[in-house]
Amino acid sequence: MKLRETIEKNYLRLALFMLVLGLLFGVLSAQIYLFPNFLRAEIGFQSLRPLHVSSVMFWILIGASGAIYSCFKSIGIVYYSKHLASLQLLFWMIAIAGIFYCYKYKSFGGREYWEFNPIWALPIAGGWVIFIVNFFKVVKHIKTWPVYVWMWMTGILVFMFTFIENYLWVFPYFRSNFITDMTMQWKVNGSLVGAWNQLLYGASFYLMEKISNNSKVAQSKLAFIMFFIGLTNLMFNWSHHIYSLPTAQYIRHVGYIVSMTEWIFLIKIIYNWKSTVNEVQKHFHYLPYRFLMMMDVWVFINLFQAILMSIPAINIYTHGTHVTVAHAMGTTIGINSMILFAVCCEFLIPNDNFTIAKNKLFTIAFWGTQISLFVFWIVLNTIGIQKGIWQQSVTQIPFSKMMVSLRPYFLVFSVSGTALMLFMIVIVFFILKISFKKN
Amino acid sequence: MIKVFHIYIGLFVIFISYSIVIYTTPLFLDGNNNINNNLAIDGRLVWQKYNCQSCHQLYSLGGYLGPDLTNQLSKENGELILKNIVQSGTGAMPKFNLSDTEMLSLIEFLKHTNETGKADLRQFKPNIDGTITKK
Repeated sequence: MKLRETIEKNYLRLALFMLVLGLLFGVLSAQIYLFPNFLRAEIGFQSLRPLHVSSVMFWILIGASGAIYSCFKSIGIVYYSKHLASLQLLFWMIAIAGIFYCYKYKSFGGREYWEFNPIWALPIAGGWVIFIVNFFKVVKHIKTWPVYVWMWMTGILVFMFTFIENYLWVFPYFRSNFITDMTMQWKVNGSLVGAWNQLLYGASFYLMEKISNNSKVAQSKLAFIMFFIGLTNLMFNWSHHIYSLPTAQYIRHVGYIVSMTEWIFLIKIIYNWKSTVNEVQKHFHYLPYRFLMMMDVWVFINLFQAILMSIPAINIYTHGTHVTVAHAMGTTIGINSMILFAVCCEFLIPNDNFTIAKNKLFTIAFWGTQISLFVFWIVLNTIGIQKGIWQQSVTQIPFSKMMVSLRPYFLVFSVSGTALMLFMIVIVFFILKISFKKN
Repeated sequence: MIKVFHIYIGLFVIFISYSIVIYTTPLFLDGNNNINNNLAIDGRLVWQKYNCQSCHQLYSLGGYLGPDLTNQLSKENGELILKNIVQSGTGAMPKFNLSDTEMLSLIEFLKHTNETGKADLRQFKPNIDGTITKK
């Protein structure tokens, strides 16, 4: 009974737990670059990589759902069914257990990025349908939708559409043409990222509105212009992943042109918002404010990288290299995770923000996260540039020799990744400890 | 609100139309990229069954631990090397116990990927407008 009453908080707590798992699996996977035999017989990279990806995916999806339920509760429009929200979470917990069990026994879906045995797509989709029902039960009561409600609706609907699209390969027609199959795979990957970004940026917009106490930001023309640019990117920029695939030329051009419009207005909105926050508000929402400020920095860094990587002439040097991984890590940890930490601090420990912020260990963990992520990001880019040079060299040494030559960089990658994991676990520990104490 | 709604619906209509165009592309192609061989179609599923994508790439898309395998079969002794590594394992790659049919299917699938084009990024030339063309 109590579990259902605090369902919004339980989403965020479970999401934090999934983050810890994702970090652990990520660090274990990284060791294989240094010690190829590490855990090879027990589990292997073949299972560790999907374990890492799925854990992080659930951190984002469960966290984003918890964020949206918490925002509705905070606004005071609790028209969603707590029974349905609990059922949604139950469906996803069943999916997590099933997916992890299958990884252990080497039963895979084998698609790129987020892969698992397709049977487990059913409880995930079932949970998502419940989420859609619950979402519309609430928003039908809102007269004028602020931009973040549009963003959430977009994220929820596009995720459902794309998630179904992700399984079209089970029909022979869709996998009988290899190039189209690859094109669709990356259309799905690009749009899925766009969908969860809409959910999380929507949550960050809500927090901005709350912290600044200025509801005009989320109703402004500029916010909607930015939203539509983001939506256009979500729908059409995914082909910047597949410039080298021998697909139709127009698909690449659409991706290139649309990508060039990316992110710019978001920066402007955040910049405008920042100047409206007064000291009192900052202190009241101290931790969410700090996490959102760091998100702001990471948006700048990743925006710059994303724009460069979307230019085909540069992309041929970064494609298939760790520069792509650096971008994925920079956005997932620097942007998505910072937003989710801000959400967790705002809704799980609303009255303890300032006390925790003064704690020395927490401050070390906060800055340690940012610094180790920066080192991690730099070293991944360095590895990527080295591989890019190898890819373009006239006389290529064998792949295995090239990988051996990168060992010193992989060592820094492993050490900074481990440090990042430890610092983030300390942040999670603080949030969860206080969150449970209050209950 | 109404204007926003109209733009929103308009974008969704374009998005769904664009998706349909991509789904139906194979119907309008000359068949070069269609997998006409049943073994190769099964080979695609063998690739997925053993999660080869977690470490390897096709057209530089996939994992980063192992090499790109799009054109593995056009390399000298490419087929032989592939079979040996799959059966014996090497470095981080475990030994896979593929059945004879699975191995045959996988080879057919990789023959097909090899025929679709080159994954070598050196084939592209950057242009001043940021686009790329094949050399």
